Amino acid sequence: MKYLCLVYGQEEKMATVDDAHCVAFDKQLRDSGRCHASDALQPVHTATTVRVREGEVHVSDGPFAETKEQLAGFYMIEAENLDEAIEIASQIPPATIGSIEVRPVRQLEGRTL
Amino acid sequence: MPGPQPSDIGARVGSIYREESRRVLATLIRLLGDFYLAEEALHDAFAAAMQQWPSEGVPENARAWLVSTGRFKAIDRLRRRSRFDASVREMAHGLESVAEHELDLDESSVEDDHLRLIFTCCHPALAPETRVALTLREVCGLTTEEIASAYLVKASTLAQRIVRAKNKIRDAGIPYEIPSAKDLPGRLQSVLKVIYLFFNEGYSASSGEEAIRTDLSAEAIRLARQLLQLLRNPDPEAVGLLALMLLNDARRQARSNAAGDLVLLDEQDRSLWDQAQIAEGVKLVEQALRSGRFGAYTLQAAISAVHCEAPRAEDTDWPQIVALYDVLLRIEPNPVVELNRAVAIAMRDGPAAGLAQIDAILERGALVNYQFAHSARAELLRRMGRTQASRAAYQQALQLAEQEPERRFLERRLAQTVG
Repeated sequence: MKYLCLVYGQEEKMATVDDAHCVAFDKQLRDSGRCHASDALQPVHTATTVRVREGEVHVSDGPFAETKEQLAGFYMIEAENLDEAIEIASQIPPATIGSIEVRPVRQLEGRTL
Repeated sequence: MPGPQPSDIGARVGSIYREESRRVLATLIRLLGDFYLAEEALHDAFAAAMQQWPSEGVPENARAWLVSTGRFKAIDRLRRRSRFDASVREMAHGLESVAEHELDLDESSVEDDHLRLIFTCCHPALAPETRVALTLREVCGLTTEEIASAYLVKASTLAQRIVRAKNKIRDAGIPYEIPSAKDLPGRLQSVLKVIYLFFNEGYSASSGEEAIRTDLSAEAIRLARQLLQLLRNPDPEAVGLLALMLLNDARRQARSNAAGDLVLLDEQDRSLWDQAQIAEGVKLVEQALRSGRFGAYTLQAAISAVHCEAPRAEDTDWPQIVALYDVLLRIEPNPVVELNRAVAIAMRDGPAAGLAQIDAILERGALVNYQFAHSARAELLRRMGRTQASRAAYQQALQLAEQEPERRFLERRLAQTVG
């Protein structure tokens, strides 16, 4: 199964995580063949929210929801089941200061890849 | 010779349902890989039994018959559905390709299935109240209505919670597996907590008319026993939890009087205590303590055992109880344990010593909304002859009490405390 691991945390705290540590973990995960995609994100002040209402595009500054913990990065992983996904998520470096939301990917009907 | 009467068969099927249905379900979930499909299959299998057994007789191995019949019925269902859906066709085909003799229905696989079901229903990725509901429904086989009435929620709300849990198990890929040796201790904690949660709901219902709901307590004890049988290396805390529940439950008869009112430990008629159950509990506590790897459940069981072993309230070994609370507080530092320890200190050293401890807890802002902190304070003040302060504390407790028998108890105490 594919799971998206969303990395959340307070930005000041996230800034303390060593990039080299994240790069090393990312490489290890990619080498194991269990990582489809992964990236870190720019801080939330760069976020733009887009909505389309009655055919009109509305653009606004900032994230969709103002929360204490911000989305900081993601890993799209391959795991046998939730236990294995949790095992991988628990090794993502910022898991020790922020939190990782683990979400299974939903297969859209009629989509062929 | 006349065949068996249909009503006899009905009773037989009923008793087989009670004894075997959870194990049959657990195995069907493994074989079919889907909760919903397994439940339908279980239902179909018992319906087939009611139809066939009156004429054909009850098969020698009823459980295997039910599993195999349920599995075929499920494949039938899938075939019918597969006319509309290619993915279902694939699933039906996959199930059919496994030969009957490869199903692995020997005793130890079936026991593993049962354990898998317990661990799946108590998975930490499910919310605690959901784990409780799902375990009572799927593992203990209580009906949704029974669980709803025990927890005083609407049956529809509870049914929805169970459906959501099953959907999460399926969609999030919660595995139907016994956790690996590395994960087992943590996962077992979750199972023990679920069992203890519904034992306590049965032992001291959080709200409502009746103070004690025996059915939930009995289920909790039964499940803890099964868990111990299923675990290859009995975990000391699982032993400790069973002991704790047996010892607390042994005093059930004495905990309320004919009017349904609560009777405190020191006023209970100890001849009503179940001595056989106490003996079993004490033996288990000793076994858990000897392991040297015990935790909070075992220590609470040991405290309960000290109470149970005192022939009269005044014979209670309070220094021993205080010492056990000291250890418990180190393992599990929390204000409720501190409060209980303060009460034990009051019994050992007099009410003033206990009161000082309770006041210290409340002064730091802990337990201020906890009914039992105020009722314990009131009790100690009453013993010290400080009537006015005692009444005020009883009134505070009364404002926080949600359960009818507890409210009646506090009102009675208030009426007795006049000066």
